[in-house]
Amino acid sequence: MKTIRYIIQKEFKQIFRNKGMLPIIFVLPLLQLVILSNAATFEIKNIKFSYIDNDNTSFSRALIDKFEASTYFNVVSNFPSEKIASSAMLKGDVDVILEIPNNFERDLVKDKKTNLSVIINAIDGATAGVENVYINQIVQGFNKNALVELMQPSVPIAIGITNKPKSISSITSFWYNETLNYKTFMVPGILVLLVTMITLFLAGMNIVREKEIGTLEQINVTPIKKHQFIIGKLFPFWIIGFGLLTIGLIISKVIFDTPIVGSLGLIYFYTAFYLLVILGMGLFISNFTDTQQQAMFIAWFFVVIFILMSGLFTPIESMPMWAQYLTEFNPIKYFVEVMRMVMLKGADFTDILPQLLKTLGYAIIMNGLAVWSYKKTS
Amino acid sequence: MKRFIGFIKKEFYHIFRDKRSLFILFGMPVAQIMLFGFAITNEINNVDIAILDHSKDTYTQEIINKISASKYFSVQQYIANESSIESVFKKGKVKAVLVFENDFSKKLIKENLAKVQIITDATDPNTAQTISNYTNAILQNYQKELNKNVETPYQIITQTHMNYNPELKSVFMFVPGVMTIILMLVSAMMTSISITREKELGTMEILLVSPLKPIQVIIGKVVPYIFLSVINAIVIVLLSIFIFKMPVQGSLFLLGIESVLFIITSLSLGILISTISATQQTAMMISLMGLMLPTILLSGFIFPIASMPLPLQIISNIIPARWFIIILKGIMLKGVGLLFIWKETLILIGMTLFFIGLSIKKYKIRLE
Amino acid sequence: MVSNNIIQVENLTKAFGDFTAVNAISFEVKKGEIFGFLGANGAGKTTAMKMLIGISRPTSGKATVAGFDVYKNPDAIKKNIGYMSQKFALYDDLTVKENITFYGGIYGLSRKQIKEKTNQLLEELGLQKIVGELVGSLPLGWKQKLSFSVALLHEPKIVFLDEPTGGVDPITRRQFWEMIYKTAHNGTTIFVTTHYMDEAEYCDRVSIMVDGKIEALDTPKKLKEQFKAKTMNDVFLKLARG
Repeated sequence: MKTIRYIIQKEFKQIFRNKGMLPIIFVLPLLQLVILSNAATFEIKNIKFSYIDNDNTSFSRALIDKFEASTYFNVVSNFPSEKIASSAMLKGDVDVILEIPNNFERDLVKDKKTNLSVIINAIDGATAGVENVYINQIVQGFNKNALVELMQPSVPIAIGITNKPKSISSITSFWYNETLNYKTFMVPGILVLLVTMITLFLAGMNIVREKEIGTLEQINVTPIKKHQFIIGKLFPFWIIGFGLLTIGLIISKVIFDTPIVGSLGLIYFYTAFYLLVILGMGLFISNFTDTQQQAMFIAWFFVVIFILMSGLFTPIESMPMWAQYLTEFNPIKYFVEVMRMVMLKGADFTDILPQLLKTLGYAIIMNGLAVWSYKKTS
Repeated sequence: MKRFIGFIKKEFYHIFRDKRSLFILFGMPVAQIMLFGFAITNEINNVDIAILDHSKDTYTQEIINKISASKYFSVQQYIANESSIESVFKKGKVKAVLVFENDFSKKLIKENLAKVQIITDATDPNTAQTISNYTNAILQNYQKELNKNVETPYQIITQTHMNYNPELKSVFMFVPGVMTIILMLVSAMMTSISITREKELGTMEILLVSPLKPIQVIIGKVVPYIFLSVINAIVIVLLSIFIFKMPVQGSLFLLGIESVLFIITSLSLGILISTISATQQTAMMISLMGLMLPTILLSGFIFPIASMPLPLQIISNIIPARWFIIILKGIMLKGVGLLFIWKETLILIGMTLFFIGLSIKKYKIRLE
Repeated sequence: MVSNNIIQVENLTKAFGDFTAVNAISFEVKKGEIFGFLGANGAGKTTAMKMLIGISRPTSGKATVAGFDVYKNPDAIKKNIGYMSQKFALYDDLTVKENITFYGGIYGLSRKQIKEKTNQLLEELGLQKIVGELVGSLPLGWKQKLSFSVALLHEPKIVFLDEPTGGVDPITRRQFWEMIYKTAHNGTTIFVTTHYMDEAEYCDRVSIMVDGKIEALDTPKKLKEQFKAKTMNDVFLKLARG
């Protein structure tokens, strides 16, 4: 125990003496938390909307007014022809083109039917789908209004008496996040990401660094035990992980006003185990590498894949089944889930028990492998 | 010149001797493209939902059938009362609960109006909103079927054309992004590390006192990475064409030229990082923390730039990846020529010159 | 017999695949002597030494160090030896005092012992003034002396020195050897590898390794007689040429 203390002391001194790294460890990630949480949103706003009005009647203008009034759309241009409009879309100046045909109003009155043509830039398929929904909502709303206006003089309430349409009305309620604030969702996730990346990279490079500068050999001829050395080496990064988490939670509360419904104690309890997984992984990587460059590169490879498969940015349930099974092996996924469940929904110990157990299992396996592969002799 | 070629050879040896790094260098793009192509999507599918049916009659059953039949939802469980909603949400088992009111059919027949409540777990606002939209669409369709015999006059029908990506495949959006990020990180990170490594080991001084000019030393360090990045770019393009059937509408030649331009931009950024960092560790941390997340998040790769707050939209202008993604989408999906992307191209050239200029300045200061 | 030999090696061998780095060497080192372990670069000196200090497992053969078996008891060996490697092994980003405290701590010295040792050591080396400076900022010669002192902190029975004087000036080398004599005089056994043949003259006994084998082992004086050479350098050249 006493021996471990000396190693820990030494590690902390080295970390805090490196003036170049300190801001990278503490300031950069938190700055990113602030900036990137604002960037990560799938909300679709400010859609660049343009139109070609071939009808040019008060009726067609009324439709365009509806788009002007919507908060989703920014009406940017009125094009005289489809050709010019298409070229604007190629340049990326517009996202949506609405073409109102000749005799738009006349057809509706005479034939009781009229067409509108919509062109959407669909490179981002998901966004295009949502844009399509918004456009249809506006057009349907406009259609309903027009219906009332057009029907009033000519057709009295005749239809209603004989055969009134059945309707199903729906009300949506948004629990835990009534204002649909996207930051509430992203902040806990990005915090997870930063805690993970920093601790993994630092732990992964740490032992390799001693290998590279030759001090590891010196340590290996001392009577120090394997487990003492490993615990002493990793403990400081465990503390740093907690430090990052704490500062991050303060920022999410103060700057983003993210709700923390559940117990903070539970978050820290879970994190204690999660960090073990990450540190074990870092140690494992450093056992199999000779230079810091290699260690960093391998850590990076896995982190990127883990992030992408964590449900942080894109939903896991939309993935095909085989990919969903793969995510079961992803520790970042569990941390993201736990943070969101506890912070936003107030989940308690029993709710996160499955995640906790899996993380614990992972921690045992990872650290077992790491200790097993760490050799004092060659 | 002969000396210079010898020097470049040495750099290649360094790279090819390190099998693990080499594996990652080439494995990374393949793994990412595969994941984005086959696994990751920002669409919402197969959302697990629960049903709370207070009336359990033919109408509600029909609606439930419609909902389970859709690809968007899978009915995960039936719950018996309001109080279990909270607990299924907390366990994270379902993302939404549909609540049918009492006497649904009776009300629908007698009063022509029945109510459904859609309760969503809005911790993920995007999914919640989408669930609400999809459920409403299903309900609307069902309502239309019910009212078949009721004539609805005065219809405005919209015909939608999904340009450039008619099947709305999300891989079309991800490929340009993945390619950009890989090229950026590989080029910038690898060069910055390999140059700082020589600095740290003291071998840089030896190179600088050799008859090679400093500029030759830097170019020599960079050439192998240009070569590797070009191979990576080719692999990514081939994979996206042959496996994901992604079209390259525009000119392959232009695509090649623009890719090389972007690789050079990234390399010059890597050189700049190496001039400001003293140790490999610092260089790595700057490349990873300072480049990776901003490049993923502020480039329009996953999240639309237009939806970001204005200050971030302004910041996104200085991210080289943003411009290259526009260029890639333009050439590959829209089939445009230089005429449409000259502005983005000029911006990248400008950035490259800026990074190189700044590096030379920093470098001179250090020598004096 | 055993009590007088602090290191006993019989047919010790280390092979890396097809390559045999150390080929069945046998020798013993007596308590309190300065034993020179000589050989050209790549002759297998460092590999042999690493087996003796317990960080490399022998392929075959027997060896005991300070009475402990290298297979069964490497941890017990480690408590009884000091080691100074070819590479400089103190932390550049810790101060002189912090380095001493750290190594003292992991060898299990008490706080009081560490404090006493630190003061004693700094006085001997004349380093009191720079005790708070980062080791990275010291000149190489001082670093080497400091490394040697740190290897002696826990008062080991044997100290292994792997080319301790590589890259330092002649004056520092002299000073360094004076430290070695002093240490040996206090009863500590010294096991030193070097490829400076003039240093071999300072040893009580030397062995010379060529291509993984020990080709000669005796006092410098007897070796010179045996090979009819004037200096150890000539002895070595004759051996190396075969």
